[in-house]
Amino acid sequence: MIRFTELYLALDGTNSVREKTELLSGYLGSVAEEDAAWTVALLTGNRPRGMGASKLLTSLCLEVTGHPEWLFEECRTAVGDLSETISLLLPEPEAPRDQSLDRVMRERVLPLVGAPAPRKRELILDAWSVLRRDERLVYHKLVRGGFRVGVQKRTVIRALSEVSGLEFDLLAHRLTGRFEPTAEGYRSLLAAERPDEHRERPYPFFLAHSLDRAVDFLGNPEDWMIEEKWDGIRGQLIVRSGEARLWSRGEEPIGHLFPELFAGLDLPDETVLDGELLLWNREGPRSFFELQTRLNRTHPPDPQLDLFGGDAPRFIAYDLLEEAGEDLRARPLEERRERLERMVRAGANETIGLSEPFAITDWSEAEALRSACRERGTEGLMLKRRDSIYGVGRTRSEDGWLKWKIDPYTADAVMIGAQPGSGRRANLYTDYTFAIWDRTGREPELVSFAKAYSGLDQKEIESLDRWIRTNTTDRNGPYRVVRPEQVFELAFEGIQRSDRHRSGLAVRFPRILRWRKDKPAGEADDVGTLQALLGEVETR
Amino acid sequence: MASPLLLEPTRDGLWCEAGEFHVDPWRPVARAVVTHAHADHATPGCGRYLASRNTLEVMRARFDQNLEGEVLEWGQARDLGGCSVSLHPAGHVLGSAQVLIRHGNESWCVTGDYKCEPDPSCEPFEPVQCDTLLTECTFGLPIYRWDAPERIFEAMNAWWRSNAAQGRTTVFLAYAFGKAQRILAGLDPSIGPIGIHGALTGPTEVYREAGIALPDTLRADRTTAEDLQGGGAIICPPSATGTPWIRRFNGPGGLRLGFVSGWMQVRGRRRWQSVDRGFALSDHADWDGLLRTIRGSGARRIGVTHGSTRVLARHLREHEGLESFEVPTRFTGEPPPSTGGGDEA
Repeated sequence: MIRFTELYLALDGTNSVREKTELLSGYLGSVAEEDAAWTVALLTGNRPRGMGASKLLTSLCLEVTGHPEWLFEECRTAVGDLSETISLLLPEPEAPRDQSLDRVMRERVLPLVGAPAPRKRELILDAWSVLRRDERLVYHKLVRGGFRVGVQKRTVIRALSEVSGLEFDLLAHRLTGRFEPTAEGYRSLLAAERPDEHRERPYPFFLAHSLDRAVDFLGNPEDWMIEEKWDGIRGQLIVRSGEARLWSRGEEPIGHLFPELFAGLDLPDETVLDGELLLWNREGPRSFFELQTRLNRTHPPDPQLDLFGGDAPRFIAYDLLEEAGEDLRARPLEERRERLERMVRAGANETIGLSEPFAITDWSEAEALRSACRERGTEGLMLKRRDSIYGVGRTRSEDGWLKWKIDPYTADAVMIGAQPGSGRRANLYTDYTFAIWDRTGREPELVSFAKAYSGLDQKEIESLDRWIRTNTTDRNGPYRVVRPEQVFELAFEGIQRSDRHRSGLAVRFPRILRWRKDKPAGEADDVGTLQALLGEVETR
Repeated sequence: MASPLLLEPTRDGLWCEAGEFHVDPWRPVARAVVTHAHADHATPGCGRYLASRNTLEVMRARFDQNLEGEVLEWGQARDLGGCSVSLHPAGHVLGSAQVLIRHGNESWCVTGDYKCEPDPSCEPFEPVQCDTLLTECTFGLPIYRWDAPERIFEAMNAWWRSNAAQGRTTVFLAYAFGKAQRILAGLDPSIGPIGIHGALTGPTEVYREAGIALPDTLRADRTTAEDLQGGGAIICPPSATGTPWIRRFNGPGGLRLGFVSGWMQVRGRRRWQSVDRGFALSDHADWDGLLRTIRGSGARRIGVTHGSTRVLARHLREHEGLESFEVPTRFTGEPPPSTGGGDEA
């Protein structure tokens, strides 16, 4: 596991994509196939789940080191990462041994899944007796189930391509969906030819860039197909061998969560559609919040009960990638689109809708459509060139597809508290709590409504960190209550009722737009303003 | 605490009423006893100085060639007012001392900064017995337990060697006085030439004159850039990163930056510094070193200063059964993150 640990730390230590690719190809080309297989799986998000050993790791660490809990907490706050804290606190292993990643995964990580507590304890203590400090860091991340490295999937694919000489696109397709982390799986990934290889897998998703210039620069609007940017889950609907599957953009099969979808499906075999999964009621698409609730369910709903529940899943198709087994991705969008419409309309597809393009002759019409998209329950517009092919991932070259999102909601809020971040921000106060005014009582009162972590640059973070340290009025563990003086403009994507915050509101994806040093705290927004926004959302 | 304090925190720093002197004052005062020549301990402009021979030498190299001060040899007692003062090696940097003050039947020791690991570039740490110990605790958390220095130097030399093989110039970022010379003493000069930043020249000379064996160095500048590019190693203060000066040494494979500081023990710090490697080589006592020193001193009362004071004070109270208190320092709160908690760590 030493080689993999070194790779992990080296990847963690550089921001250069070129260097990451070099590190990866050097590593993949020189380790055993089964280790390479595990590495590819772990780095492309095919990591084992469900071990959640954090609590046990912590209590065993306390037991082994004899440290009191408060001291452990102090350490965790200073390090900002539980896995690393434990690895730094443990004594050196009695009998360090370098075991292969494959062996560690099979003998020390996977057996933890579903193991009874005493067995888990034994497994962890045994791992600690052979793994060194940095290896333990990686091991902890693996068994806690949150293993992540700052490497994009395309970088892994590029490295694999360098090692094998195979085309990037071919590898990308083979790596879409599940990957079996075995020597055999790795050999098959890098095999020159594979019969019938794409049976169940979705195609790599083609992703859009954000529109980064005035829309008029795109030339003649008639060269473009303009659609809604739906606020759902992007997915591919695949029908093969008489069976339909739904894959999310995160390359997870999610069909089992939406059984109603398949009941109303009437598509020919050997078909792949690209589109957006949404929950829909009589008025139109529901917000992403409702969809998320469904995603978080552990059990699929009973279709007999849910079918009449009001909200029904619908797949809004916008592209046809395969028809009668033929890969259409290199055909122009216009042609794919025609075929798509013909196919969907030919059957009785109750649960499939078509993403209807808007007919416009002037970009100003697109501007108007975009600014009114909230009323239609969408996120903005998608602009796709009529002659664009369906590419792989987010390509740097010619922009065939562009997304043009609505400007986010904004509010001016007062920072009322902060706590240290994690990882590289562990020693800085970077997780802020924000509040707005509740003016309904006799005295106006600040009530919390959002936490945000990002949006400031390094200089601002450091200066705010100093301010927080010198303006703390109370402490509660790592959390500091600060003087309510600093105002920030926050952006967010949606709003809903929630009892998580005192304001009774919660917002989606809040981030800091600007530090409003010019604004006194008294002039920050109040609950009423945000409730008005909520009203707009809820009447939808 | 029943008896009056022999040392008291004041706005100028630690004050000894009985002896009428300050220890490591942070503003110019009439009489200063100085533990070592780092800028957060030695203040220029005081009336009279009492310090170790090497500390005064380094102060002259850094502040003022004509600085005058009284040398106190190791272990020798000097009477100041009603007190007897002696200095004992702290193992932190060249000349660094612990200050032992005796008054009546009381003895107090101010450790200044110290470390317990072996370091060929300075006088080795000497345990001191006292009633009250004022100890630093920059790294007063159990996550800070240092690897053996020879292991760290092995890793540093291996890294340099591998960079050199790839035509990459190696840069060690370290504080100009103390850490830089310790690195020099640990590097393997057979790998390639070693260049030092101008800020290191003065202190490095003092080390050589004090008889510390250091490998030959080049002054890293325009004239030596070609020799250092690729296979060389350069030692410079962290502030030199990103300057035109450092770009001069770009080898065919670019530069590789390694930050050398105890703070590098934590990955988040390494990432925040945006360096290629971090080496957790520290000149401060780690958790085990602090506890060993505190227990070894025999002191029943422990003042803690610099760093994780709150944590260590509580630990000593609750788990070591000692009376403990926090001593304020010039820099309060946690160390600043962007500079890695001071280059002097």
